Amino acid sequence: MREIIITELTQALQELARGFAHYLPRLIVMLIVAFLGWVVAYLLKVLVRSILRLTKFSKLLENAGATQLLNQAALPSSTELLSQVVFWVAWVGFILLGVSVLGIVGLREYISRFFLFLPRLLVALIILFVGLLVASFFSRAALLAAVNANFRSSRLLSVLIRIIISIFALSMVLEVLGVAEETMLIAFGTAFGAVMLGLAIAFGIGGKDLAREFLEKKFATEKKEEKDDELSPL
Amino acid sequence: MAEDTLLTDDFLRQLINVGEVDILVGLPTHNNANTIEPVIRAIQAGILKCFPRERAVIVNADGGSQDGTPELVISASIDDVWSVSKVYALRTLHSISTRYARSPEPGTALRTILAAADLLRAKACVVVSPDSTTIEPDWLQRLARPVYNDNFDLVSPIYRRQEFEGVLMRNLLYPMTRAIYGYRVREPYASEFAISGRLATDFLTKETWNDEWGRIGAEICLTITAITGKYRVCQSFLGTKAQPYRSASDLVAAMRRTVGALFSSLDSNFPLWSTIAGSQPVPTLGAQSEAAQSEVMLEPVRVNRKRLREMFATGVAQLEPVFRSILSASTLSELQRIATLEVSEFNYPADVWAKTVFEFAASYHKSVISRDHIVQALVPLYRGRTLTFLLENRDGSGENIERSVESLCGEFERLKPYLVEVWADRK
Repeated sequence: MREIIITELTQALQELARGFAHYLPRLIVMLIVAFLGWVVAYLLKVLVRSILRLTKFSKLLENAGATQLLNQAALPSSTELLSQVVFWVAWVGFILLGVSVLGIVGLREYISRFFLFLPRLLVALIILFVGLLVASFFSRAALLAAVNANFRSSRLLSVLIRIIISIFALSMVLEVLGVAEETMLIAFGTAFGAVMLGLAIAFGIGGKDLAREFLEKKFATEKKEEKDDELSPL
Repeated sequence: MAEDTLLTDDFLRQLINVGEVDILVGLPTHNNANTIEPVIRAIQAGILKCFPRERAVIVNADGGSQDGTPELVISASIDDVWSVSKVYALRTLHSISTRYARSPEPGTALRTILAAADLLRAKACVVVSPDSTTIEPDWLQRLARPVYNDNFDLVSPIYRRQEFEGVLMRNLLYPMTRAIYGYRVREPYASEFAISGRLATDFLTKETWNDEWGRIGAEICLTITAITGKYRVCQSFLGTKAQPYRSASDLVAAMRRTVGALFSSLDSNFPLWSTIAGSQPVPTLGAQSEAAQSEVMLEPVRVNRKRLREMFATGVAQLEPVFRSILSASTLSELQRIATLEVSEFNYPADVWAKTVFEFAASYHKSVISRDHIVQALVPLYRGRTLTFLLENRDGSGENIERSVESLCGEFERLKPYLVEVWADRK
């Protein structure tokens, strides 16, 4: 009995050693690929950072309001963020390449799927980033215009514009990622249409007289008040 | 050269027909048919009376008028002026017109006029606003003579104003330009002025025209170019300034083309202005006294002070997230305190206003948000300062108003080191 156990254990250990010896070179190759990947990714990060600094990319984004958005989200500067993204995408790519060298059958399919998915993920991230920037820019533009025109619900208008643009960007992102495309499209269309229809009904039918009275009073008074208020600045 | 693409073939032909001139009078227009005729008559009379021996031309740069303004300029007969003034020109007085764009662009209009002056080698170029219904023939002499005879390069106007008109000029443009560049030019953004041929030629080569703010606020950029370029600058007292039509949208546009252009000029001129302390007067011709400009009351001005306060308070409350990225915490909390004051006790003190403007300028330099948004965000705060100006000078004479403006200028000059500090430090 004791001998049988020792024999089995020895065989198991020998198989493990064989397996380990079989995989060891591949593991070393994987580690080398990962290390090389880190070096390449680091160099890419430095290169991207230098190019972005030379082209004054962050200045461009500052003008568009991106810096403020990044600050609000406690993220690093736009140049740093982009170079970090390039670093991680490149390194993860190399790591996955290294893993594929191990020859694990099930993993290969997932890795190839990941590489196919990568461009879409990048596009989705860019759309999300630009969408949030656009939402931030236009909501602030609307807020300023509304405040300077003495519109009472300036904040509400600004928030509405931000939400609508953000939802629109999000639906585009989900469509690019292929997540519940049709559901999102229908949901967005329905929600947007419902809001517009609701507003149209509220102002056009439900409160027709009230709206007319309100608008007449509002604009008649405003025009008169405006004449009284504005002194020639120059 | 810029003129190659700026001036149309037809306009070039007209300029060639005119030939070299001594004095060029530029008239930028857009739908000014209602006011243009008296202005043209005054210009013609001014040339006949003051420069009968000089070669002169009136150049109209039109921004796509639909009411026949250019036709009125070209067809304005000089016969009427001759019969009234009993003075005859010894030279032909040309009137030519060009359409530089389909929609008005003040910077392009000025550039067209300056390019024409450059091509015709004009010794003096006078620009007159088509809205100046109070213009008199003598204005031409007061503007052109210092350039033509006394070798000045820029003649800036001084007007007699209704006491509460020109609030932005008195509360921001004049004090800030004076504190920054060290010269007391009362109207840094002028609708009437005269410049020498050499300043016109130099200004045409500036990169200002490639910059959006330079294009929309070319007039203030011209003044700054003259000051920073060490050109000879003087002021000339003209008379009563016409009161233009007022509306809320005009205020935002006016802020863009004046404050935006002034803030923008600070970027490239930092090495120059950061070393200037105090200010010096510029030669002033014809004015009885600086206070004279505030003496007249053309008509009573009706201002809803309560509404001004409301617009200021609403702006401070609604734009708080925007102000947080522009203003320091102490200035913002001071504004929030002022916003709680009732009209009777409302006071936006000069030092807080100067600090506010300087922090806006520094944020503009750092582009903490879109530069256009920064300029727009200043509008409600300017309304608060306007209210304080009205309340402070409610029963004041011209001299009192002048003292108030002088005191504000003093605050801007005193706090200039603060601007240099926030300019360098703001993240």
